[in-house]
Amino acid sequence: MDNDLMAFGVRAAKADDIPSCGDGRERPGYRVCGFVTSFLETPVGPVPVVSTDLGWRDYGGGFSARWNLGRSHYSIAPGLYAVGAPDAVAPVLVTANYKMSFDALREALIGCDAWLLVVDTTGINVWCAAGKGVFSAAQVGALVVKTGLKALVSHRHVILPQLSASGVRARDVKKICGFTALFGPIRASDVPAFIQGGMRADTAMRRVTFTFKERLRLTPVELSLTGKPLLWALPVLFLLSGIGPGIFSLSQAVTRGGVACVALLTGVLSGAFITPVLLPLLPGRAFSVKGGLAGLVCGLGLCVFYGGRFDLRILAALLLWLVAVSSWLAMNFTGATPYTSPTGVEYEMKRAIPLQIGAVVLGMIIWLAAPFTG
Amino acid sequence: MKDMRYIDNMASLTLHTDLCIGCGLCTTVCPHGVFSQEGPRARIEDLNGCMECGACAVNCPVAAISVDPGVGCAAYIISGWIHGKDKASCGGGTGCC
Ligand code: SF4
Ligand code: SF4
Repeated sequence: MDNDLMAFGVRAAKADDIPSCGDGRERPGYRVCGFVTSFLETPVGPVPVVSTDLGWRDYGGGFSARWNLGRSHYSIAPGLYAVGAPDAVAPVLVTANYKMSFDALREALIGCDAWLLVVDTTGINVWCAAGKGVFSAAQVGALVVKTGLKALVSHRHVILPQLSASGVRARDVKKICGFTALFGPIRASDVPAFIQGGMRADTAMRRVTFTFKERLRLTPVELSLTGKPLLWALPVLFLLSGIGPGIFSLSQAVTRGGVACVALLTGVLSGAFITPVLLPLLPGRAFSVKGGLAGLVCGLGLCVFYGGRFDLRILAALLLWLVAVSSWLAMNFTGATPYTSPTGVEYEMKRAIPLQIGAVVLGMIIWLAAPFTG
Repeated sequence: MKDMRYIDNMASLTLHTDLCIGCGLCTTVCPHGVFSQEGPRARIEDLNGCMECGACAVNCPVAAISVDPGVGCAAYIISGWIHGKDKASCGGGTGCC
């Protein structure tokens, strides 16, 4: 436990800049995380009690994690935590050490008394960590042993998030540490109902959802991932746009490059924002189709807007690019959804990527040829 | 998820009913309600709902379920094409894995 506290203190100092609190939570050599309200003396040593309220610091951190700002892995120290005033019969809830998973759980546990066992998933959320094998029976079992859970609680079961099941073989947990692993609900917000219902989840608690709000929350990451490619794509577009009979024309680069950038950014918006948000409303099953159609609608709007100023060839090239970009980005959104099978994604990629590349190349040919044939 | 469906006839999931002992664990862990259980054995109820996460196969005590598990993520699959399936990684941000 001492080692855990040490890890806790060191990581906390890195993650949070709260000065010492001077209210009894202080310990020599440690800095306390903002979400720790006190320490509980237990047979296995002091255990930090965490608040069920999220502060601005938690929301701020969540915001930057969503926008991919700063640290890519937003983690807290693994180990044992407490919520409320848990005793020897209180439930033990297991979660990942991705701060947002942890925050969602403690926020859901308002008014509950429970132990939280935070597994080191290298700062990755439950679902992805299970898929990668870093949220595993070995990890859970080792942590149960290391934290001395046997001396802390009189029962012998731990509750795991259902979505960890692809990484955790429940019977292996039992083998390693003697605790029975029960799969709780998918969403942290259902945990209190699960506990009150005698460790039973109804069907709705066991089904993954992908609501408008959940999709909206994922769009910042999708948009931010396009940042780097755009950083080189936009200058290249300006350069290509300037090439003409007079070798290079700056004014041509500005007018043609400008409209090309607008088209590209519209494609990004269509594929990484509009498609995810409107996902179930868009026709087709394949994401590349959904994204392509969204891109087509946005692109036709753009063509109408610029119709008077550019000729048909330019507009056709813009439309091809826009649809290809939108379709490509939409296809990449499969990685963030909880219902796309890898076999299906590979199937659609093998068919869509040649078309996407074809559209880009064709657009490029039209774009480069236009000034010479004008 | 009945309101959102992905491409049909893709899932590599198979259930060997003869091996099943009806423990119900697959029905518990599946986030898409692919299995149902009436009577002593599990049954595939909605094959096209399967996203090949592998949770059922990992937890089935008698290895009655086989599925080719993986992440349905384009970046991951491209990495698999380039570096080989077992070395694939997605290297995305936090929203992706
Ligand atoms: S692989 Fe996942 S989605 Fe498919 S049946 Fe098994 S648990 Fe359900
Ligand atoms: S987990 Fe395996 S043994 Fe248990 S019900 Fe499902 S298929 Fe049958």
